[in-house]
Amino acid sequence: MKRRTFLATTAAAVAAPGILRAQTKANVLRFVPEADVVIFDPVTTPSWQTRDYAYLVYDTLYGMDDQNRPQPQMVEGANTSADGLTWTLSLREGLRFHDNEPVRAQDVVPSIRRWGARDAFGQALLAATNEISAKGDRVVEIRLKKPFPLLPNALGKTMAYPCMVMPERVAKSDPFKAITETVGSGPYRFVANERVPGAKLVFEKFAAYQPRNGGKPEQTAGPKAAHFDRIEWTIMQDTATAAAALQRGEIDWLQTPNNDLIPTLRTNKNIVVRTILPTGLIAYMRFNHLVPPFNNPAIRRALIGAIDQRDYMIAINGADKSLWRDGVGYFAPTSPYASKAGMEKLTGKRDYARVKAELEKAGYKGEKVVMLVAVNIPYLKMMGEVSNDVFKKIGLNVDYVATDWTTVVQRRQKTEPAEQGGWNIFSIYDNGANELDPASHLLLRGNGKEAQFGWPTMPKIEELRNAWFDAKAPADQKKICEQIQLQAFEEVPYIPLGQSIPPTAYRNTITGVLSGHPFFWNVRRSA
Amino acid sequence: MAVVAIVVFALLHLSPGDPAAIIAGDQATTQEIEKVRVQLGLDRPLAVQFASWVGDIARGDLGRSIYDGQPVARMIGQRLEPTLALALCTLLVSLVASLPMGIIAAWKAGTWIDRAIMGFAVLGFSVPVFVIGYGLIYLFALTWELLPVQGYASPREGIGDFIAHMVMPSLALGWVLTALFARMTRTSMLEVLSQDYIRTAQAKGLSTTRVLVGHALKNAAVPIVTTIGIGIALLIGGVVVTETVFAIPGVGLLTVDAILRRDYPVIQGVVLVFSAVYVLINLAVDLSYGFLDPRIRF
Repeated sequence: MKRRTFLATTAAAVAAPGILRAQTKANVLRFVPEADVVIFDPVTTPSWQTRDYAYLVYDTLYGMDDQNRPQPQMVEGANTSADGLTWTLSLREGLRFHDNEPVRAQDVVPSIRRWGARDAFGQALLAATNEISAKGDRVVEIRLKKPFPLLPNALGKTMAYPCMVMPERVAKSDPFKAITETVGSGPYRFVANERVPGAKLVFEKFAAYQPRNGGKPEQTAGPKAAHFDRIEWTIMQDTATAAAALQRGEIDWLQTPNNDLIPTLRTNKNIVVRTILPTGLIAYMRFNHLVPPFNNPAIRRALIGAIDQRDYMIAINGADKSLWRDGVGYFAPTSPYASKAGMEKLTGKRDYARVKAELEKAGYKGEKVVMLVAVNIPYLKMMGEVSNDVFKKIGLNVDYVATDWTTVVQRRQKTEPAEQGGWNIFSIYDNGANELDPASHLLLRGNGKEAQFGWPTMPKIEELRNAWFDAKAPADQKKICEQIQLQAFEEVPYIPLGQSIPPTAYRNTITGVLSGHPFFWNVRRSA
Repeated sequence: MAVVAIVVFALLHLSPGDPAAIIAGDQATTQEIEKVRVQLGLDRPLAVQFASWVGDIARGDLGRSIYDGQPVARMIGQRLEPTLALALCTLLVSLVASLPMGIIAAWKAGTWIDRAIMGFAVLGFSVPVFVIGYGLIYLFALTWELLPVQGYASPREGIGDFIAHMVMPSLALGWVLTALFARMTRTSMLEVLSQDYIRTAQAKGLSTTRVLVGHALKNAAVPIVTTIGIGIALLIGGVVVTETVFAIPGVGLLTVDAILRRDYPVIQGVVLVFSAVYVLINLAVDLSYGFLDPRIRF
């Protein structure tokens, strides 16, 4: 054998497995999510990654279109009694779980109950419900105590804690204990034995899945056609490496590129950089309402005058205005309930001297303000730095507690005064989709110890929230939300700090990416 | 190992952070978080939790992840191959590069060659692994498109793919080790090269290579091997950064994830395994002294 022949043969032999692997990967979508999925139960965690995973493997009774209107998904159709007290939902024919068992009404009933035990919207629905029962294999009847016109919105919500349908044996489990078995009826099946925690998740197309006929695929509404045989999620902690892998074509889709790298990605003609989540992320500053000084609403109100959302947004996202929005109120800017009501308090001229005087007038006596800052997460550190600067200017006695995110999560649950290990203030993001309406907007809850960390007591806002559930006309609902916002500016459960609109990036060979969270149906590889 | 177990357990459980709060999520009330804590058994006294963990270890069970219930031993097992492969390749790269550099630097002591090699060594200590990693990615993957940016390919799937994925991580991680080993080799060799028996060997007419490798290096080996043992400990720390930069699904990344989430059983399991490996390496280094220098007896 000649030397050249030998070298060529050896090189071919060495490269062969790689070439073979590349060929077999032709119909694989390689996706890099923001983080790993660590809890595989969408009912027990609000984790965004768990939700995105759940939409691949489970299906929902209703979906949401681009206008956030509920559309039937697993449901063939629904009838409502004249008095609005009975809803009859019929399931589509041919729905199957991944273990090939049919999806029955008997599976849907405990699925709604388990979800309703954890989700705020679900809790509101169950509170208005007398009975949920299966009338045959394909009919679910929901009998209500009072009309609940938002029932399809509740069952189709897309933010944290979506109502996913699970097999009866799974759905009957404790809603406070995460399930470990994944048997959904969605367009992709989770391949559990290929999972490497913290590194890889694999999904395979579920051949028996039947997308609904007709309709336009938008977010979670319409037909969910799976065009890939396999979807691989690779967890990459370093976004610079992920961006390099995208440029090189080693991955197809990077969920959230680092803002610093977006200009580089935009110059690459093989990459599409696009905003698919118009609701974005809304930064906010949360107070502990139980302890001084922020148990005083006048102090909280005074603080609004010092907050300039631009400062926060530029610190987090940079100067590119396409990546953020200021002038953000108590509802997401894309919500039909977003309004100008009371917004002058946030958008008017910032005057630190005036705020300082107002704080003194409100009774602030230089008490220590313990501010928790998770410095291991860059955007949280940025929020903390801006707040620290502002607070110094207005004379707050800030104790800047630099720590890690896990410690913040633990410490923010403490209701005790700051000197006993509690806290006064911290800043973080909320998913904008949570702030589309009062049902899922937990930061606006005012039910005291039952509310989220911070525990505001705001009976007026709770009243308005209940009135919103009962309102039938959209105009009435909008008016109520304006009142909620005005009241929020009075009671200040938190201060909105602006909206980040992170884009996603994918190779231009990928088409059909829908708006909303990363949904994988309708996505295909162009020839 | 027992001391390590006690210290790790105590440090983890006394440090702030609550996995129950993370699992329960942002929307959970204090009562709901408490329910999760009870389910996880984290409400039990620390002594009870420790006894339970030690009892499991005695039965060969490292426990299960708090988050998804996966056995810790399986999680480590899944991640061991990439980390071991990276460690071995790095060691290989470092030794192949550093020993000749150290020998040549000692042989040419005081010349520009010596100064160049020692200059490289200073650079090796000064430049962080991630900077080297990004530099290599920029050059070899993005500019010249010769190597993949990230990931790991098992040698079972093709040796070519495996090598392609290992080149940059090994170079990045091996940089500092090469500097360390080269410096140590030079120092050790310098001492030996001034001995009478080296002059005798040269006077006998032996070739320079024979003198340097056959006589000098063999006698300088004990401190070099000791440094290699220490280097492997450094390597374990460096693996975390390298695995992050090159997205290699190894034990290092598993450790970081577990620490950030306070997944106690996983952290404890990984630390125990790492400490066991470290003990074994030290043992191997100690035993090697007897082979390298017959005067050493245990």
